[in-house]
Amino acid sequence: MQKSITEIENEIAEEFDLFDDQMDKYEYIIDIGKKLPALDSKYQTDDFLVKGCQSKVWLHAYEKDGRIFFEADSNSAITKGIVALLVRVLSGQKANEIISSPLGFIDKINLRAHLSSQRSNGLSSMIVKMKAYATAFA
Amino acid sequence: MNASIRAQFPILHQNVNGKPLIYFDNAATSQKPLAVINAIKDYYEHYNSNIHRGAHHLAQLATEKYENARTTVAQHINANEREINFVRGTTEAVNLVATSYGRKFIKVGDEIIVSEMEHHSNIVPWQMLCEEKGATLRVIPINDSGEIIFEEYLKLLSEKTKIVSIAYISNALGSIHPVKEIITEAHKVGAVVFIDGAQALPHKKFDVKDLDCDFLGFSGHKVFAGTGIGILYGKESLLEAMNPYMGGGEMIKSVSFAGTTYNDLPYKFEAGTPHIEGGISLGAAINYISEIGLDKIAAYEEELLAYGTEKFLEVEGLRIVGTAKNKASVISFLVNDIHPYDLGVLLNEQGIAIRTGHHCCQPLMERLKIEGTCRASFAFYNTKEEIDVTVNALKRAVKILS
Ligand SMILES: Cc1ncc(COP(=O)(O)O)c(C=O)c1O
Repeated sequence: MQKSITEIENEIAEEFDLFDDQMDKYEYIIDIGKKLPALDSKYQTDDFLVKGCQSKVWLHAYEKDGRIFFEADSNSAITKGIVALLVRVLSGQKANEIISSPLGFIDKINLRAHLSSQRSNGLSSMIVKMKAYATAFA
Repeated sequence: MNASIRAQFPILHQNVNGKPLIYFDNAATSQKPLAVINAIKDYYEHYNSNIHRGAHHLAQLATEKYENARTTVAQHINANEREINFVRGTTEAVNLVATSYGRKFIKVGDEIIVSEMEHHSNIVPWQMLCEEKGATLRVIPINDSGEIIFEEYLKLLSEKTKIVSIAYISNALGSIHPVKEIITEAHKVGAVVFIDGAQALPHKKFDVKDLDCDFLGFSGHKVFAGTGIGILYGKESLLEAMNPYMGGGEMIKSVSFAGTTYNDLPYKFEAGTPHIEGGISLGAAINYISEIGLDKIAAYEEELLAYGTEKFLEVEGLRIVGTAKNKASVISFLVNDIHPYDLGVLLNEQGIAIRTGHHCCQPLMERLKIEGTCRASFAFYNTKEEIDVTVNALKRAVKILS
């Protein structure tokens, strides 16, 4: 059974609750990124770039049985971890659920506050792009 | 350089992410000493008023202080007051010259020379001018150490060359260019030279007569003054020959629909109510660094650069980008194949402010075949202890990222 967006968000929030040290939190994010399956190099092109990030982020999506699946990669370890979190939450969900999700977990795990505004823009750009994919498939 | 100097910079005494702030982003903007902060405060508390117009006491006081600041700047770079134009910053200084000088004197087929490692502010205005006039932008190449190749510069010079525009010190790598020789050679073919002094003025004594430069631009916020103020110096004869940049109040002598006459230098280029407290803050900043002594500042920063270079290289896998023989206190670096931004985030978590990215020098990054760098840039209020802490923080970040 596919877990709901909220269920996965809560899981992530609980995992991050274990860290009081921000450096440990980042170490965890980086580890999550390392576990993200590699993105086929044919998608690592400008067409799949998310604009507005200081590092490169590539995002690809496809639809299967009414659900949207995401694949992503980045040349920054931290960004890769962040996009991996988004993939974990949104990949395999239905288009309308992706589009309407407020993605509250981001504030709960205190990512926004600890990422520079530039990065925070990058984060917003990733979310916008994922929702745009979902809209396209809806 | 010690605690008494740091005590003059209130902003340095704070924690960031639970750690004492280490501010190593001085090439982006410098911090402000109490002398500057108080000058701005004093202006608003005691004599805020529009200048050059009112007969009343406050207007006279504000005018006097603003014009004193101009004199301070003039003396500091060995110019006269008519040659000192208050502008918003280096960017506006370049644009002003490209527009007012360039529009009048550049023609089809003329050439303008910049270097491969210029800040975008010293590239784009010239590109715009070239496009408008059918002129050509020529580029001095650099070597792998981040030095301009002088022989290549000589080859680019010809009677077609009308303007050479180059930074004294590169913001991305810290390379110090041989501007005196560059200017001498440009003058031989009759070209005028614009020096982008944004990174030089905070570190070096600058003498426009000794260098014989035609134009100089710099930003107040990088020399410990407030933001939004800067200077365009131009030789009087050149400024006289140029058209005004913007029209409005201050820059006119008389206005009528039959025709308007322009004000004398330096007001000709200062349309509208200027950035009064900005100008005053710049005067205060220059007095402040002059009191410490630019020779002393330069010597101390050289010491920091030497120490920092040695210590940074202790980080395994770290390579310094930009190893010019003649360098200002800037260390641009990369570690293995770690993305600069990851290091920036993890240093920030440890209270350390550095810059990451292309530093507004995309053509340079392209030349070096990198996306960007991490850049630590030191000012005279930084310390060797801060370098030690940063090196340890870097080692921790690298460990996490490897
Ligand atoms: C070498 C150089 N030129 C020009 C500029 C532009 O200065 P400003 O943004 O203050 O106009 C900078 C600032 O980053 C610089 O370092």
